[in-house]
Amino acid sequence: MGKWFKSGSPWIWMTGGAVSLSLIAVLGLLLLIAWRGLSFFWVGDVYQWELKDQHGKTSTLIGEIYDREDVPTERLESAGHKFKVHPGETVTRYLIKTGNRERVSLDFRWVLETDIVSRSTPKDIVVLERTKNGNFYGFPVAVVEDGKEIKNGDLRAKLDQLIERAVELSDEAHSLQKGEIGRINYDLETLRLKSRKYELEGKLTDAKKQEIADSREKLNLKYQELEKTFFKLRTKAGRDAVLVRDMTGEVLRLPMNTILDATYVNDMGFFAKLGHWFVGVGKFISSDPREANTEGGVFPAIFGTVFMVLLMAVIVTPFGVIAAIYLHEYAKKGPITRMIRIAVINLAGVPSIVYGVFGLGFFVYMVGGSIDQLFYPEALPSPTFGSPGVIWSALTLAILTLPVVIVSTEEGLSRIPSSVRQGSLALGATKAETLWRIVIPMASPAIMTGLILAVARAAGEVAPLMLVGVVKLAPTLPIDMNFPFVHLERKFMHLGFHIYDVGFQSPNVEAARPLVYATSFLLVSVIVALNLTAISVRNHLREKYRSLEH
Amino acid sequence: MISIDPNKTKTDAEKVDLANLPDSETALEIRGLNLRYGDKQALFDIGMKIPKKQVTAFIGPSGCGKSTLLRCINRMNDLVDTCHIDGEILLHGQNIYDKAVDVAALRRNVGMVFQRPNPFPKSIYENVVYGLRLQGENNRRVLDEACERSLRGAAIWDEVKDRLHDNAFGLSGGQQQRLVIARAIAIEPEVLLLDEPTSALDPISTLTIEELITELKSKYTVVIVTHNMQQAARVSDQTAFMYMGELIEYADTNTIFTTPQKKKTEDYITGRYG
Repeated sequence: MGKWFKSGSPWIWMTGGAVSLSLIAVLGLLLLIAWRGLSFFWVGDVYQWELKDQHGKTSTLIGEIYDREDVPTERLESAGHKFKVHPGETVTRYLIKTGNRERVSLDFRWVLETDIVSRSTPKDIVVLERTKNGNFYGFPVAVVEDGKEIKNGDLRAKLDQLIERAVELSDEAHSLQKGEIGRINYDLETLRLKSRKYELEGKLTDAKKQEIADSREKLNLKYQELEKTFFKLRTKAGRDAVLVRDMTGEVLRLPMNTILDATYVNDMGFFAKLGHWFVGVGKFISSDPREANTEGGVFPAIFGTVFMVLLMAVIVTPFGVIAAIYLHEYAKKGPITRMIRIAVINLAGVPSIVYGVFGLGFFVYMVGGSIDQLFYPEALPSPTFGSPGVIWSALTLAILTLPVVIVSTEEGLSRIPSSVRQGSLALGATKAETLWRIVIPMASPAIMTGLILAVARAAGEVAPLMLVGVVKLAPTLPIDMNFPFVHLERKFMHLGFHIYDVGFQSPNVEAARPLVYATSFLLVSVIVALNLTAISVRNHLREKYRSLEH
Repeated sequence: MISIDPNKTKTDAEKVDLANLPDSETALEIRGLNLRYGDKQALFDIGMKIPKKQVTAFIGPSGCGKSTLLRCINRMNDLVDTCHIDGEILLHGQNIYDKAVDVAALRRNVGMVFQRPNPFPKSIYENVVYGLRLQGENNRRVLDEACERSLRGAAIWDEVKDRLHDNAFGLSGGQQQRLVIARAIAIEPEVLLLDEPTSALDPISTLTIEELITELKSKYTVVIVTHNMQQAARVSDQTAFMYMGELIEYADTNTIFTTPQKKKTEDYITGRYG
């Protein structure tokens, strides 16, 4: 035993064990969120249960199984449940998503196995994905096309065709609203600000008033026209309907413009389900959220996260690199430089929420407020830059990640062999020329390393952003088609905050849980993608500026 | 004893009179040079004249100050914060330590090659034209010409002409050192300082570089530091022997190695210390 200790094997086992534990932790985490998140898009079978409860009342239930657990019988009995036949130590119960949210008080229900009389998977159950109130489960009875009820023939094909028509029209209406109507609203607002500006400057002459009123009139006319088209599209989309029988046996009329998709999950093969899975993932990534973020996609959050992180990288890189160059190349080596360096390193240890508070106080209120007073007095009292926005978030995170960039750039600078610097100086280069032509390019892989660490940290930060720019739902992206195209003062959505919001601020926790996993997985993927891009750039640079091998 | 190439043995008439060298034949004149690193004095009252278009070698045991002296000539010692220099080094009659002197311009005129090859992480071509680009030369034709001329001058053109745009790190050590010499002569300096240019190289590369040095003196004044006495004997016209920061003896190479005047020189070249 003593020999075994002396041989060093326990040490190797211990260190190796630590590595494996970390690996297992990372992989386990990734696998868990990937599995939970991605399986959300896989459609499970929809069952129809015949139930008979303890009082002998029978009912029918249609839904998907979300979860199952074993509950001690004793606990149920003490809660007042009476069993006719004692079922044993534990009873299995199922969490069932019944959908049809507007028809039932709770769209998730626990059902005891002892209550189930029978279970079947009828092939003609349809799952309707709707714009409001979540999924609807039921049996299609008929479709109403242009007032005419159609019961016979290929109901499914007809339904698909009508849904497609309605979705197309709704999309058209939506893009009209976002695009042209949005632009008119934007122009009207610009006009209002222009008139206010003239007023403040005392230049609002009658001629100008007239001019503004004329353009406003023109815009209003155009607006009314577009609005008419918009409502026409909406009415057209709402022309048709579908009649569906729900689990209580009642036949309901659902307007076609509330339906996004119809699937007959019990009638789908593996490949059809796989196709549906891809469509679901695609929709999640590319569409806007609906119903207080509990349905629909997360595209604005992905866009906001990536945009903010890139903006931060653009700010922090030059700033950090320049600071590091001064510290390393020009500053005299002495106690003051050493103190500054320690201070910079310690900045990395400040809790991120403190940066958020600082960002709110300094950037938003002081800098933003001053910008408003200097450049946007016409919009006051409503703030332009003086309220949280994507630029302030990027700046706050830039300060937060500045130490990382400075430290790794300095490390990179100190690794460059002095022989190369001297070689450049000996050819008549000045110090600045040497820095610019030789040293900085050679230090670029280290700068990229700093950037990678900064991006990894910034993309995952949520706390400071809640103070300086993130919102639950941003109506517009920071980039759109209205001049000047990039709107840095706008608030934005962020995947990290989206997770918090969906998971903990949502009215329907059960419905939101898979979304939390899916969004988490997406956030990790976005960070990994950003990092992989940066790493591949760094490897390319490393290859290019491979240092002398001695 | 060091063997001297019989072809190199000069008659007295051919020997340069180093003490009374006329200005027209002097490339550099060092006068009363003292150098301190902090409190430690490294060079003591050095005075010498280095003749034009000849090879002058500095020899001496490690730590004798020969490299330090060499680095004074293009003011590379300026990079050392604790270094203090008194005395003069005259180039064209002007003291290079004068306040008015532009250090970058001086270094363009006095090129240097270091102990270890130090190519930049760029292509061979960009390495050679680096000095020209610094001077603002961007004309492709001028650069191409200068590149070929310099690489030919450094006897490496035939080896690299087909891969001018490959990374310079792909070359062998000896090739890298010749590339660095090409880089130094691309900006056509008057003086070329070589700081133990072959100490990191294998014998065959060393031989190539030595042949190159002999060729270089037709165009440039070459000053070489070496701790290899055979090398000094092979390549140099003048040799200066330094010991403990002092210039002990400075004379024609032939004289130094055959009839040294000072006891210390004789002890060193006969291998009694060093």
